Amino acid sequence: MTASSTTSRSPADGVRPQAPDPQAPDPRGAESRTAVIACGALAQHVSEITARRGWPVDVHPLPPLLHNHPERIAPEVETLARELSKRYATIAVGYADCGSYGTLDEVCRRLGIRRLAGSHCYDLFAGAERIRRLHKAEPGTYLLTDFLVRSFRRTILAELGLDRHPELREDYFRHYRRAVWLAQRPTPELRREAQAAADALGLPLRTVEVGDENLERELAQLIHP
Amino acid sequence: MTPDEILKGLYDKTLVGNGPAVLELTRTGLDTGMAPETMLFDALIPSLEEVGARFERGDFFVPEMLIAGKAMSGALEILRPLLAETGAHTVGTFLMGTVKGDVHDIGKNLVNIMLEGAGFHVIDLGVQVAPEKFVAAIGEHKPDIVGFSAFLTTTMPMFKANINALRKAGLRDSVVVMVGGAPVTQEYADAVGADGYAPDASATVKRAKEFMSQRRALATA
Ligand code: B12
Repeated sequence: MTASSTTSRSPADGVRPQAPDPQAPDPRGAESRTAVIACGALAQHVSEITARRGWPVDVHPLPPLLHNHPERIAPEVETLARELSKRYATIAVGYADCGSYGTLDEVCRRLGIRRLAGSHCYDLFAGAERIRRLHKAEPGTYLLTDFLVRSFRRTILAELGLDRHPELREDYFRHYRRAVWLAQRPTPELRREAQAAADALGLPLRTVEVGDENLERELAQLIHP
Repeated sequence: MTPDEILKGLYDKTLVGNGPAVLELTRTGLDTGMAPETMLFDALIPSLEEVGARFERGDFFVPEMLIAGKAMSGALEILRPLLAETGAHTVGTFLMGTVKGDVHDIGKNLVNIMLEGAGFHVIDLGVQVAPEKFVAAIGEHKPDIVGFSAFLTTTMPMFKANINALRKAGLRDSVVVMVGGAPVTQEYADAVGADGYAPDASATVKRAKEFMSQRRALATA
């Protein structure tokens, strides 16, 4: 038994995760634990890292598909944070800016809580400087993570309508020259899936093994500043 | 088919992004002697405006927007030369591009379609347009308005870089600068010294037309 737990899991297919009932009494003494409100695309990694480190953290994921509707991220985080504040002394936000363009920062300021650094989850996995270099070397770079590879059908093909309208691939990806998979844990199966994803986009695949150490450092900053 | 049926068909088929049907109806309209302007202003543009409204409300997402835009674009291909012939005069020249480092272009392309529909001559420089390229194109085409589109927090600073480049080339006062894209706000536009901002394609057309009346008023003053 580890000190960390995920109160609910974000399924890889991007469906709204089962949110834990914020009103429910917490058997483990939530007042001494930290609630991390995490993007569904990061939640599993956050749970693994906090378990590994033995941090007293409960992960509360929000649907990863909010990524495509970033204007909804800040309000959803705020609602959940207000509910969780009834139970937890400490709340932290497991999101980068993620296209909320400053509105998530406003919520954090208002509630006196903090979020992960960076513009988006790619920065968290690979570091902002490395992402900058990847884009500088080839602006037509499309980034993948383990989460995106695993949930590719749902989060990319279906969301962009490429399942219904395959002819739109050109409209979306005409200016892209390569897919770069920022791999956390590249198993043979995931490698196959990443290749299939790149093939579906018509892009050559480059794999950069980044692991989750950078995210771990950022999390440590967030939870134990 | 009656004119009303053609117009209704054009509106409905554009809304659902049925490109082949829109093309067919455009041809039928022309065959029956319908004016290109009528098809444009009474069916195609209102339909794309409705698409934009549904997107705002969250009823449509990007793919629906894309297919509708493509359907309208197909009709414009046929209508464009005819509109030029009938002497529907050009409202103004709009030079457009996505800034350096950014390859998002769906929003920009939709803006272009609506601007063309509204009678602007649009020159699209595409994506990843460097400041020097904007400067050269402004020198060459002498547009009334230049538009910069950006979608990433890391590429928005290019607005400022572009504006500085225009200033350095002595072109800043010759052209109206508009900026847009998902992360952009009016405050940000003001902060970088742009003349105008618009949150969507319809608003861009409206704002661009206002700038054109101001320019005309200045020119005749
Ligand atoms: C579709 C999309 C894509 C498509 C782009 C296809 C294409 N050819 O453009 C794909 C899937 C390829 C893509 C790629 C990437 N994307 Co993207 N993408 C989006 C998404 C979901 C929608 C954007 C869009 O097209 N909207 C539809 C159009 C119609 O609306 P619009 O863009 O707002 O345009 C309107 C207005 O802005 C305005 N307008 C637009 N331009 C102009 C110009 C002027 C002058 C004016 C006046 C008005 C104006 O009028 C338009 C029409 O009404 C957004 C999230 C979102 N919901 O905004 C993320 C988003 C913009 N992307 C993002 C990211 C991170 C990326 C990638 C880095 C991801 C990756 N995995 O690699 C790459 C970018 C690589 C690169 N070098 O550019 C982030 C940016 C975050 C940030 N902090 O910067 C966002 C916010 C998603 C997120 N939540 O993280 N993306």
